[in-house]
Amino acid sequence: MGLGAFKRSLWVFHLNTGSCNGCDIEIIAALTPRYDVERFGIKLVGSPRHADVLLITGPVTRMMKDRLLRVYNQTPDPKVVVVVGNCGATGGVFYESYNLEGPVDRLIPVDIYVPGCPPRPEAIIDAIAKAWAKLEAMEAKK
Amino acid sequence: MIELLYLAASSFLLICVALFIALVFNGIERKLIARMQARIGPPIIQPFIDIKKLFMKENIVPDSAIPWLFNSMPAVALASSLIVLLYIPFAGMPALLQNYGDLILVLYVLLLPSLALAIGAFASGSSFAGIGAQREVVLMMSYEFVLSVVAISLAWLFSLCCPQANAFAFSTITSKPAWLLVGGAGFLGLILLFISSLAVMPAKAGKLPADIGEAKTEIAEGVLVEYSGRNLALLYMAQAVRVLAFASLIVALFLPWNLSSLIAIPEQLSMLADFLFFLVKVFMVMFASSIFVSAVTARLKVDQAARFYIIVVFLLSLLGLLLIGIDILM
Repeated sequence: MGLGAFKRSLWVFHLNTGSCNGCDIEIIAALTPRYDVERFGIKLVGSPRHADVLLITGPVTRMMKDRLLRVYNQTPDPKVVVVVGNCGATGGVFYESYNLEGPVDRLIPVDIYVPGCPPRPEAIIDAIAKAWAKLEAMEAKK
Repeated sequence: MIELLYLAASSFLLICVALFIALVFNGIERKLIARMQARIGPPIIQPFIDIKKLFMKENIVPDSAIPWLFNSMPAVALASSLIVLLYIPFAGMPALLQNYGDLILVLYVLLLPSLALAIGAFASGSSFAGIGAQREVVLMMSYEFVLSVVAISLAWLFSLCCPQANAFAFSTITSKPAWLLVGGAGFLGLILLFISSLAVMPAKAGKLPADIGEAKTEIAEGVLVEYSGRNLALLYMAQAVRVLAFASLIVALFLPWNLSSLIAIPEQLSMLADFLFFLVKVFMVMFASSIFVSAVTARLKVDQAARFYIIVVFLLSLLGLLLIGIDILM
């Protein structure tokens, strides 16, 4: 085992940390028949305990900070964090807002950024494929 | 001694084959559901890929959990769903341990995976898992009635046709199809019993529309919420095997025909033909009761699911029992 274990089997947990729902809808679009990520073995799961990839949208509001850290710690290793959208990467339109604790990389290590407001589903799928490559690299290093 | 060794070896072989078949069927199911939703769907070997990955992952035991209970229940769930296959006629052959257990034992052992799931969920200490476990137990209490009515009706039928044999034993039940023992009213009754046992399948398998214990979008996968890594892989396999076991039970009760007894097949090929025919029958049962149903339905609410099983399906099976009773007593 080792190399290739994550190939074609990547379970994704989606966490909204105060996003406007634009990115979230684009994530749902990736599951629809048009893009159908399940054919690559990518699946949206309901619990961070099952996840390999954390898909984070939104600029991390003050209320979501503890939840974000908790979800990050609940995810079993090896894991990859993907930030979807401008808000999570830089704060976006909410930059320097009074109620922000983010962007995401101030709180937890982020592996992949997907810029866009919102990004297209192709970009999200591409990011998840990159996450797979990163997981494989992590496994190979061990 | 040799006999015991032979029994152990063949049981082991059967368990391996059954696990493989269950996972392949699970892959086919995911593919078919995807096709029905106009998607391409994952490859058929997807369950194997998923399980291999889950074994690579970290196995987290939450601080609030009772570790030994939390860790042992997935193994219990998988073991009990595999063991039940040794008592059910599998692959066109009589059950391996048919002298050691009958229909009543099978119904009880088939209960164990759900129970183990619920106990493991309670032991995890998570509130989502607690809600899921309660729902699972409520559902279990509602559909077990139906299965006992089905068992009683069939045993009544067979106790009259073969008075000297054990009416609950699978060797009696599969000796001839129940459909040939009854007249018009009884035939209708058997159809109702068949339908009600098919209706139990989604609840037994944890599939839509009765997956209220594992509702992903409501209670974050419910009973499975705290499980990760190895334990989750065991539970995934347990669920796949549970579907196969229950489908084999329905096949044994209602569709016990063998291909070799229906059409002339050369002696050497008859075992293979029976095996393939059995897989076809199991797949038909799974398709009708679980795959098709879960592709076209949405999740029932908690009270709707319980009411559906405890009122609609239970009354349907009681009506079946009544019709069979009329047929026997007239």
